[in-house]
Amino acid sequence: MIRLLALRELRSLFSMPSTWFVLAVLQFIFAWFFLARLDAFLEIQPQLAQVANAPGVTASIAAPLFNVIALLLMMLVPMFTMRLIAEERRNQTLTLLLSSPLSSAQIVLGKFFGLMLFLMVLMATTPMMLYTLQLGTSLDHGLLWSNVLGLVLLSACYAALGLYISALTSQPIIAAIGALAVLLGLWLADIGSSALDSPWHQLSPLNHFQNFNYGLLDSGDAAYFVLFSAVFLLLAMKRLNNNRVYG
Amino acid sequence: MPNATPDLTLTARKLTRSFGNQPVIHDVSLQLKRGEVLGLLGHNGAGKSTTMQMLTGCLLPDSGSIEICGIDLLRHPTQAKAHIGYLPETPPLYRELTVRDYLVFAARLRGMQSADVPAALALALQRCGLTDKSKKLIGTLSKGYQQRVGIAQAIIHQPAVIILDEPTVGLDPTQIREIRALIRELGNRHSVILSTHLLGEVESICDRVEIMQHGKLIYGDTSARMQQYGQVSGFTVSLRNPPALSALQDIIGVTHVEQLSERQFRVLHTTEHNPSAELLTLAAQHGWQLEQLTPLQARLEDVFVKITDEQSTDIKDVARTESVAARTVEGVNK
Repeated sequence: MIRLLALRELRSLFSMPSTWFVLAVLQFIFAWFFLARLDAFLEIQPQLAQVANAPGVTASIAAPLFNVIALLLMMLVPMFTMRLIAEERRNQTLTLLLSSPLSSAQIVLGKFFGLMLFLMVLMATTPMMLYTLQLGTSLDHGLLWSNVLGLVLLSACYAALGLYISALTSQPIIAAIGALAVLLGLWLADIGSSALDSPWHQLSPLNHFQNFNYGLLDSGDAAYFVLFSAVFLLLAMKRLNNNRVYG
Repeated sequence: MPNATPDLTLTARKLTRSFGNQPVIHDVSLQLKRGEVLGLLGHNGAGKSTTMQMLTGCLLPDSGSIEICGIDLLRHPTQAKAHIGYLPETPPLYRELTVRDYLVFAARLRGMQSADVPAALALALQRCGLTDKSKKLIGTLSKGYQQRVGIAQAIIHQPAVIILDEPTVGLDPTQIREIRALIRELGNRHSVILSTHLLGEVESICDRVEIMQHGKLIYGDTSARMQQYGQVSGFTVSLRNPPALSALQDIIGVTHVEQLSERQFRVLHTTEHNPSAELLTLAAQHGWQLEQLTPLQARLEDVFVKITDEQSTDIKDVARTESVAARTVEGVNK
């Protein structure tokens, strides 16, 4: 059932021209950043060659690129999550799901995994671009894949939060702005607090991505991402149940 | 939980529901047998849609119980819902999907095995007259066709209970006739509940009628008997060569004769004794030259208005003071 709902979600996304447009524009932006980083790296390469223990090509190109994508996703994921439940509610298609033999958990997880599949398609080209570098040099696979893993976990956080906010309203625009406000708020609180041990750092998903970005796999960060996603998915399920109670 | 009577597909007991402080449904109990079409009649805002939402599990009742095919809807919602097909007021359509994709999704959503889907799809498309539209995007279809897709998603998994909220809204007269025929056909094998405020619909397709007003069921009977409700026994008769009024009045069983035009009379009679046969013999004997004899039929509209009006007066009556009640008694005694 979850798979059925996820595939339906994907199919709806890909049948909209706007999705293809967004995909195309994003690929262009990702490629632009990649080429810009590559250009910068080639420029400073002679100087780097004289430094002992200089950062490699992966650290100079891949890591910053993933950082930019993480930041972009923070603003983009709300655009995709806004439709998930709010639009179903507005078009009254939610009734079909509510009157079908499904639990709220199945509905929420179906939508979540559908969107995650889409986001993975969206991000898939990034490691592909980076692997083209292997034609001329050798890459740090560990760093690359820790970034990919971090990015997937991070986007799961964004998706879960966006899904919950989408479940609160019947206006997709409100859902988008609400999710964006929360994510931006967490990010700004993180970069705005100067004290190193400030709890705001711990709350921000982007901060927890930094370790992945440096190639450090910290189970604490992974646990944070999983917990963050789980909490908002559970809240979304709860909200759908309340739909039956309050009408 | 198996039910004692397997023929009973839906049982709702004492449903109540309020939104905030405002009670919307009071004490609604319904029963539905296999092969029965139940019409839920009522004015706008009488609580029909809310009742249907509760019966399909989209809305929880404040109290009361619902059983679908013997399965408690509130305790085992997923099992019970597999036996329901529901068309809400606004058909729940994904406009960006094609009719075929949407119906396949609806069938799988209701737990159909993927092997059974193609046959069910073909049947539903054919029944709703959508076969040549199956590859179109739902968003490009006209309102009438969208409504048909809505009905198709409600019946594709062959549920025991089909709940249709105003299924013929927005259809043209030919489509209305087709859809009514379809509902009648479905009603032979499944149980159907449909809400409507079109009385013609009830007359033509429903076996049974429940009238709802202010969130209560105020009248329930077979639709044939509802038509007789408050009916006066009588007929209109046209005679080319009419006799004196008194000649008609003298026929046994006749209680009242009214002259409608020069040649037309309205004859009322007692329920036990129908004088039409006698009238025919007399007409032949005396050369009255009978042209037409039509029994009086109460229109369902009149009956509906009568029932809902009576109920409103009842409610007002309760609120009235004793003195008014005394006056009424006086009036009756006169």
